[in-house]
Amino acid sequence: MTSILAQANADVRLDANAVDYLLVAFYFLLVLGIGYMARRSVSSSLDFLLSGRSMPAWVTGLAFISANLGALELIGMMANGAQYGIATVHYYWIGAIPAMVFLGLVMMPFYYGSKARSVPEFLAKRFNRTTQRIQGVIFAVASILIAGVNLFALGLIIEALLGWPLTVAIPVAALVVLAYTTLGGLSAAIYNEVLQFFVILALLIPLTLVGLNRVGGWNGLVEKVTAGPGGAEQLSSWPGTELTEIANPVLSVIGIVFGLGFVLSFGYWTTNFAEVQRALSAKSMSAARRTPIIGAFPKALIPLVVVIPGMIAAVLLPQIQAVKAAGGSVDGITYNDSLTLLMKDLLPNGILGVAIAGLLAAFMAGMAANISSFNTVFTYDLWQDWIKPGKSDRYYLQVGRWVTVIGCILAIGTAFIASGSQNLMDYIQALFSFFNAPLFAIFILGLFWKRMTGTAAWIGLLSGTVAAVAVDLLVRFDVLQLSNQAGSFVGASAAFIVGVGVAALVSTAGRPKAEAELTGLVWSLTPRASRTHTTEGDDAGWYRSPQLLAVLVLILVVVLYIIFI
Amino acid sequence: MTDSSEGRDAAGTGPADAMQAGTDAPPSAAANLFDLRTIIAVLFLVYGLVLLIMGLVSTDEADLMKTGGSNINLDMGIGMLVVAALFGGWVLLRPLTPPTAEQLAEAARDDRPAGH
Repeated sequence: MTSILAQANADVRLDANAVDYLLVAFYFLLVLGIGYMARRSVSSSLDFLLSGRSMPAWVTGLAFISANLGALELIGMMANGAQYGIATVHYYWIGAIPAMVFLGLVMMPFYYGSKARSVPEFLAKRFNRTTQRIQGVIFAVASILIAGVNLFALGLIIEALLGWPLTVAIPVAALVVLAYTTLGGLSAAIYNEVLQFFVILALLIPLTLVGLNRVGGWNGLVEKVTAGPGGAEQLSSWPGTELTEIANPVLSVIGIVFGLGFVLSFGYWTTNFAEVQRALSAKSMSAARRTPIIGAFPKALIPLVVVIPGMIAAVLLPQIQAVKAAGGSVDGITYNDSLTLLMKDLLPNGILGVAIAGLLAAFMAGMAANISSFNTVFTYDLWQDWIKPGKSDRYYLQVGRWVTVIGCILAIGTAFIASGSQNLMDYIQALFSFFNAPLFAIFILGLFWKRMTGTAAWIGLLSGTVAAVAVDLLVRFDVLQLSNQAGSFVGASAAFIVGVGVAALVSTAGRPKAEAELTGLVWSLTPRASRTHTTEGDDAGWYRSPQLLAVLVLILVVVLYIIFI
Repeated sequence: MTDSSEGRDAAGTGPADAMQAGTDAPPSAAANLFDLRTIIAVLFLVYGLVLLIMGLVSTDEADLMKTGGSNINLDMGIGMLVVAALFGGWVLLRPLTPPTAEQLAEAARDDRPAGH
């Protein structure tokens, strides 16, 4: 994608007119307006960094899903839809929904109930300060690296759409994100994520409708895909052998269920603070538990307007057809160009402006999510709990504002690091295997095993990360013959297994924390009563039950799988 | 429509300010946020109107070629106006109200760390 969008300006340049730019400008006006208005509501560091724990569940739920629905995800998943067809839905239905439900039902009572303000702070309560600090530093570095990827991709889009050079586009994009996050803190980021959610739908829905219209409806699409190079196999989700690169259908199904459905997705959704932070800002335990489950509903339905346009791109657009016939890049065009090419070919002026606003919004939200979570971890876990403890709340609020500025400047730097990577999706997958899988390993062990010690936690965390980096190097230097995608999966699995193994070994040598200190932090030591929540006032009503919503979303996924089996 | 719903927000958040004044801890002002539903309604009202007008006055042959014959600006314009009306209606039916003392106490109880 890097090289592609950079060279192929003329080919991808959209024919936007004055009305389109006006619609984009109006969106930016609202975004900055939200930042300005949210400023009125920031009077403490908790307001700035955790929205004062005041958000209703529908807002945090949509922000939860939007923080993940960045443009990298959009472009990457539409590209997968073009390349693999229906099997791409596994990334959503098995790779996200079960983990989101697990987060809401099982883990949120511990996160929200412990009053921890961040994932590292939770680790401090369950384990010790060393674990908190190590995870704090790792998370801060990871956030800035990933924010840089989003910023770089945003710069590429601006370059492609408007013709601005990257050296101008990247700082300008950073400035807009900086403006609204410094003004309004997490509230502004979350409100903009919700707004972004709707604008992205206003990009995807017309694209899908017009696309289906052009290929002759669903039946026309089925006919054309069957006749195409992928064949009828691309119309069914199972066994997904093409996606997993595992020829044996049984092993392929096992790979999808355990690899994608367990190690990768649970690691990402349950411990990634950029996600968890949205739920922590909810106004009550019940709202916090509902946050990921409410987010799961749109997550289950989004592939209908992402994967289907991807498949349409592969049968409708001559450029993508050529890519598919050749099995790789043709004239600098790859599957990653599906989204922008579809926008160019299918959307007339007017709705095109809305679509451009949606695409820009998606990149900004991805970066804002990383910056706002970096902010919280740096201010609370590194600055307040370690480097400069015991100052006034006003002082930490100021620190939070300055850290936002510094974070954005650092992200401009990491954006240029990302520009050196050949494939942004591979780069980001490798980062996830380094940072998320080891954290998930010690997290899950610590939640269910009361004998796990603090020393075990940070040693397990570090050895898991070392394992993932080692696998990455082995793949990079061709010692292990794997594709990049399979490489990051093996890396994540190795990180998980090494993390759990080392932590278990070290724990047997040390003395566990007293049981009284672990109430509310370990499953078996937490009475059932304190794992539940009130059901009165704003949390009353059967439709606000997290369990019921969880069952409904799981049924929805099963029904969708039956339709697209 | 815009003005009246924003006026309603301002009216709704005023009393909460007054109620929280005078507490020891820095009062959480985030509970007094402006109503996001109004912003969503305004966004789609403006987008819907622009698309509706585009669909009615400036759809030419080239546009219809792109879309395979449907007037997508007109359709999406109408769709967005419906979304704007739904959010606007939600704001009017369930305006933001400042939390009562009872609800605040309940929230504090719900927030208490488990087992501490």
